[in-house]
This record gives sequence, structure tokens and C-alpha cells, in this order.
Amino acid sequence: MSKSMDNLHKIKNSLKRRSRAEARFRWYGRVAILIGLAAVLLLFADIIGKGHGAFKATYIKLEVHYDRDLLGVTSLADTAQLMEANWDAVPKAALRERFADVSGRRNKRQLYKLLSNGAGFDLKDHLLANPLLLDQTETLWILADDDIDTYYKSWLDGEPYAARLSNKQVQWIDQLHQQGQIRLQLNTNLLTRGDSREPEQAGIRGAVMGSLLTLLLTLMLSFPIGVAAAIYLEEFATKNRFTDFIEVNINNLAAVPSIIFGLLGLAVFINFFHVPRSVPIVGGLVLTLMTLPTVIITSRAAIKSVPPSIREAALGMGASKYQMVLHHVLPLALPGMLTGAIIGMAQALGETAPLLMIGMVAFIVDIPQGFTDPATVLPVQIFLWADSPERAFIEKTSAAIMVLLSFLLIMNISAVWLRKRLERRW
Amino acid sequence: MESSSLFLLMLSMAALAFYLGRGRSLAMAKPLGGIRHLHSLPSYYGLNAFLWCALPPLGILVCWLLFNEPLINSLVMSGLPEEIKPSSNADYNLLLNKISNIANGVMSSQGKPASVIAAADHMAGLRVMSRWGLTALCLILAMAGLFWGWRRVAADFRARQAVESVMENLLLGCACLAIFTTIGIVLSVLFESIQFFRSVPFFDFIFGLNWSPQTAIREDQVGSSGSFGAVPLFVGTLLVSAVAMFVAVPIGLMSAIYLAEYSSKSTRTYVKPALEVLAGIPTVVYGFFAALTVAPFLRNLGADFGLSVSSESALAAGVVMGVMIIPFISSLADDVITAVPQAMRDGSLAMGATHSETVRRVVIPAALPGIVGGIMLAISRAIGETMIVVMAAGLAAKLTANPLDSVTTVTVQIVTLLTGDQEFDSPKTLAAFALGLMLFTVTLLLNIFALHIVKKYREQYE
Repeated sequence: MSKSMDNLHKIKNSLKRRSRAEARFRWYGRVAILIGLAAVLLLFADIIGKGHGAFKATYIKLEVHYDRDLLGVTSLADTAQLMEANWDAVPKAALRERFADVSGRRNKRQLYKLLSNGAGFDLKDHLLANPLLLDQTETLWILADDDIDTYYKSWLDGEPYAARLSNKQVQWIDQLHQQGQIRLQLNTNLLTRGDSREPEQAGIRGAVMGSLLTLLLTLMLSFPIGVAAAIYLEEFATKNRFTDFIEVNINNLAAVPSIIFGLLGLAVFINFFHVPRSVPIVGGLVLTLMTLPTVIITSRAAIKSVPPSIREAALGMGASKYQMVLHHVLPLALPGMLTGAIIGMAQALGETAPLLMIGMVAFIVDIPQGFTDPATVLPVQIFLWADSPERAFIEKTSAAIMVLLSFLLIMNISAVWLRKRLERRW
Repeated sequence: MESSSLFLLMLSMAALAFYLGRGRSLAMAKPLGGIRHLHSLPSYYGLNAFLWCALPPLGILVCWLLFNEPLINSLVMSGLPEEIKPSSNADYNLLLNKISNIANGVMSSQGKPASVIAAADHMAGLRVMSRWGLTALCLILAMAGLFWGWRRVAADFRARQAVESVMENLLLGCACLAIFTTIGIVLSVLFESIQFFRSVPFFDFIFGLNWSPQTAIREDQVGSSGSFGAVPLFVGTLLVSAVAMFVAVPIGLMSAIYLAEYSSKSTRTYVKPALEVLAGIPTVVYGFFAALTVAPFLRNLGADFGLSVSSESALAAGVVMGVMIIPFISSLADDVITAVPQAMRDGSLAMGATHSETVRRVVIPAALPGIVGGIMLAISRAIGETMIVVMAAGLAAKLTANPLDSVTTVTVQIVTLLTGDQEFDSPKTLAAFALGLMLFTVTLLLNIFALHIVKKYREQYE
């Protein structure tokens, strides 16, 4: 009797222990998932927190006088004169006028640093667009220097970062702020310009265009080739050693580190075939080879999901194998294939390492217009900016990441939407 | 003619061929009493003519694009007079560039030696000739193809079979591209590595303890003999990957178990894609996050505890890499766990085991091969990951197992050696290919092994 009580007691105790273990185990799972989700949230919060500021830039309100003599321009139609003209003189004069009490070369030089290095050229563009303004005066908001921008934004946030400014400059900004002559407004440079050494002048347009061209080429090559390979492997290949070898190759290529594709591109396309460096063609070719396995694997899955009865019906009606594939299997598998292509393109869009190998890291100011213009791509631009020492580039980098992530988001959402919308369940 | 306009011309000729071939077959069918007296549908006759007209010139065009420049360059360079023939490879490239710039009209020919100008003229002449030759050859081939395709139209010609066999070969060619890519990778990496191992012995490379690839320009400079012992890089790579696995395996595995075994269906539909967002984020973003957020955070945290954490610590790069790999492990593990037959779980539960005991003692052992395969794939991914370590890990090769220290990895060195100014035949750049060979070999072995395990496991329960 006492023995069975003892056993019962033991079992009860062990049951308690076991159910505690059960609860603990569940909590491990929950904690793991929470850590994962927290990482997602943290990443996005960090990037957005750092980058949202870059969509606005600091501008200073000044009275600008387009003085003929100051510029050294008599006629705006004369391009030689425009090349020679002293465009920087205009904003400098405007600053001197605004802060009339500043004297001495050193102070003046600090004063000039309030404005962006490119302010003169911005005024040139403005003047050329409105030629009647020559010798006229106008009130303009002019882009401030990146250090001023960083300081002003951090000051507005309550944690002023003045490490790169002098006391005088801080005072001037304070003065401007009190009179409402300094403000944040939409930063159009970010989306409309190419790269620049000056953070306030730098934009991602060139990189976005480079990405677009590279991706276009990748899509044009990898989608047809990938679909053709998938059709061959699913519908025509006989099961033999050679087919197995192709399959093993595809599966392995899908897992080869991307940097190896960069080495391949460097050795084959650039050193052997002498394709020029840094152009979207090489980038597109390398990314094609890289995304091909993804496209093939997803296309094969899409073809597999078409039920055999469709094939049998087509063959039964006297269609040849090609007619069956082209007229029946392919249209039904197309949504799945497109989804795969979009996923492959998203992968290509975010890829950086192989493009570093083939020289797409060059500093390129011009916006590429074609497949043979030197270009860089968005992720590489992010890498370059992340490496830059200027503090203002941190903000820019985060903003570029936000743009990149939103492109990826759009692509992935459209892939999901496409699958939901067009996929048929059999 | 520009190759792009030539291409368009070829395409329009091919379209014409299609139209003519199809028209001829229709014309032939009419007296016979309709197209049912033809062997194939009229469009197949057209397609046959199209292929005959388009494929041969297209093949020529592609070959020309690939081999024209190298061929002309070597012709020009071998035709140079003895006295200006370059001695070294670098001089060769320099001279070639000069000649090609003069031939392109980018550089003015003033003040250049007469032999160089002559070579540039030679090059320009060859270029014009090859371009005209190409245009003429393509046009002749296209015409011939058009005519041949048109001529072959006959009521009993098996046009469909002809077209389909060409198509099949095209499809096969596309499928074989995967093989060519692999061969290309192996050859390019191997070829350069062999060159590298000529100047640096193989065993010095894989067992050497000192890595400083800076070869000096002058003989007497400090560190003029670059040393290429790759062990510190391997150790660094392993250290970062180990940290990553330490983060990714428990989190990925536990979340997969929870999602597969415990969570309700609705939680699963929301949580799983949310975790997979991590897999879609570009690595350069992780690199930025690691370098600017995680590394300073860890350094400050270490300072609070009196530890000195390097600002480029292996820990920061590893942790972020681990976060990147979480969804990879969790989705692979999820697949294998859901593939374990329900009967095995039911058996265990019927014996009185709790759910967690079932998972630990039945489901996990049953799924173990698949999970191990998944982890190995993840390791191969961690080893080959580039951007995170390039941005967040250091450059100096240090032989250490301390994750708080700064280490460098194989991929970091490949990137640093190959970006920036480079001449292609110095041991410094070739070393990158040798490292690439190591990387490729190791990841390939891991992948083959892992895929083999996963496949075998899958067959076991199917």
C-alpha cells in the first residue's frame, strides 16, 4: 500500500517536473521567435530613425544679386563666358551682405562655409533657366553645407552636434534661426542627382538608374534562359547521368557564395573578353549567372505544379510535345515562373559583393544613360557612402537603404500578389 | 555597321524569311487542295526558314563580339617592330592601351613614335576590315539561309520535326549553361591560382601563419616580401561563422519547432513571413547595421563591464550574420520537421509523453539528418558571406580565437585585394583567386554533402 502511494507520489512529482519542462520548452520557442521579430523591428527602426532626416535638407534664405560684373558675364548666350564665370561670387556676396558686420579673411572664410560648395552652380542653373534675372535681385532659399545641415538638424532634435563648427558659425545659425531665415525643406537632390563628394549635393539617381539598367539586362537574359532550361529539364530531358549532372550543377550553383561569381566575372568577362569595367553589361551578365539557378528552380516548380491531365489531354488531341508545352503547360505555369523571376530579380537588386569585383565601385557622378556607360548600383552606392567619413553620409546611407528596401518591398509584394491573383489550384 | 543595327537587320531578314516560307507553303497547298495536304502547318515552314536565316549569322555575330578584340589586339601586338616590343606584361597592357586610344582617336597621335602610330593605323585598319567582313558574312549567311529555308518548303517536308529538333537543342543549350558556369568558375579560379602557387608554394599558403599581402613597389621598402600564410584568415572566417551559428542555430531551430509544433495556424501565417523578411534584406544593409549600430553598442557595453571590445569585433559581424541566417535555418528546419510523419508523433503521445518530450525524443531525432543538412548549408552561407564582414570586420589578419578582437576573413581579403588599383599578375591579386579557390572548394563540399543528406532524408519519408 505504502509502496503504491510512494509510486503515486513519485509520478505526481515527476508530472509536475515534466509539465514545467513542457512550459519551459514552449517559452524557449516563443523567446526565439520574439528575438527574431525584435531583430526585424530593430533593424527597420534603426534605419528609419537614422535616415528619415535625409529627405529634408537645410536651406538658408538670402538676397541674391546676379551682378554682371561680379560674375564676369555680359551675355548668357556665350558658353565660353559661362564656363569662365565666377559663379561662387554670387552666394558669397549674398552672405557678406546678410552678415555685414563680419570682417577679416578668416571669419569670412567661415562665413562662406555656411553654404554648400555647389551653391554657385545651383544659382547658375537657376539663372540660365530664368535669364531675365541677370542684374536683378531675388530672395532665394539656398542649400546649406552638410556640416551646417547636420548641426541644424541635431540642434532641432535637442542634441546639438557642433564638433565641426566654430562658435561664430553656431552664432550665425542661431541668428538666422531667430529671424526665420534657416529652415528644413524637401531635399530634391537626394532623388534627382548623381553621386558627389559633398554629402549635401549627393543623390542616388545615378545608382538607381545603374540598378535599373543592370536589372533590365539580368531579366532579359535570365528569364528566357532559365525558363528554357526548366522546360528542358522538366519536359524533355530523359532521366540519365547527364541530366543528373545538370541538376547537381544547378543546385550547387544556387549555394555558391556570390563573391565567387564576381571572381568569375572578373576573370572571364573582363580579363578574357575585355568587356569594359564598371558598365551595366558586365554587372548584368554576372547577375544573370548568379540568379539563373533561382529562376530555373522556381520555374521547374511551377511547371511541376501543372497537372499531368492537361498534358495528356493535349497529347490525346494530337498535339506534338512542343505544342503541348507551348500552348498549354507554359501559359499555366507562367504566373509561378514570373513570381520566381521577381524573387530572382529582388536577389539581384540587393547583391553587392560580385559587383565590387567587377569594378562597379567607381565614383561616378554622371547618371548612366545606356548599358555601356560606367555606372554603379544602389547597394554599392550604399556601401560607398557607408565607407565615407563625413557624418552627413550616415543619414544619406540610411535614406538610400530606405529607398532600396522599398524597391524590394514593392517587388516582393507584387510577387505575392501575382501568385495569389493568377495561380490556379488544381 | 554597328553590331546592334546589324542585329536588327538580321532580325528583320529573319522575319521576312518567316513570311516568305509561310507564303510559299500556302501557295503550294492551294493546288493540292488546302493545307491539310501539307506535312506540317504553314507556320512551321515559316519558322524553319526563320531559323535557317537567323541562327547562323547570329552565331557568327556572337563569336565575333567575343573574339574580335582579343584577336585584333594580339595581331597588332605581334606585328610590332622588335625594338618597341614590350618585355613585361604590364608594359604590354600599357602599350596596347596607348595604341588602342590612338586608334580610337581618344588620344592625339602627336609626338608619339612612328612605330606606335603605324601600329594604331594597323589596328584601326583591322577593325574596319573585321567590321565590314562581319557585315558581309552575316548578310551572305542570312541570304543563303533565307533562300535555303524558302527552297526547302515542300508538301512532304517534315518542317515541324525540323523546327522542333532545333528547339530542343536550344533548350538543351540553356540547361547546359549551368554546367558552363561551373566550369567557368572552376577554370577561372584554378587558372589564376596555379599562377599564384608558382610564386608562393601551396603549403606555405595553407599552413602559413602570417598574412600581409602588401608587396612593396621598391625593393628596399619595409615589408617588401609580402607573406601569404592564410591560416589567420581561415581562423577569422571560422570565428565569425561560429559566432553566427551560435546565434542562428538555437533561435532558428527553436522558432521552427514552435511554429511547426505549437503555434496556431493564424500565428504561423503572420509570424513566418515576418521572420522571412530577414532573409530578403540585402547583406549590405546588414553590414551597415553591424558597423554603425551593433559594433558601437557592443563596444560601449564591453566598456561598461571593463572589457575592451574592438570596434571591428568578430562578435558584431558574427551576431548580425547570425540574425541574417535565422530565417534560412528556420525555414529549412520547418520543412524537415513538418515532413516527419504524424504517426510517429501520435505513437509517442499515446505512450504518455508530453508534447515537448515528443519533440525532443521523437521528432528531432527523426528530422536530425535534414536539420544537420540545413545547418551545413547555413555554415557554407556564413563562410561565403561578404558584405557584412567587409563592412564590420577588420582588415588586419590576427591569429586569435577571441570574438571581442578584430579579425579578418577570406572574403574580406578577396574584396580588399581586388578592389582599387591592381595589376593583374602580381601575387597580391592572384592571392585573391587562391582564396577564392579555397572558398569555392569548401563551400562546394559542404553543399554537396548537405544536399546529399537532405535528399536522402527526404526519400526516407516519402
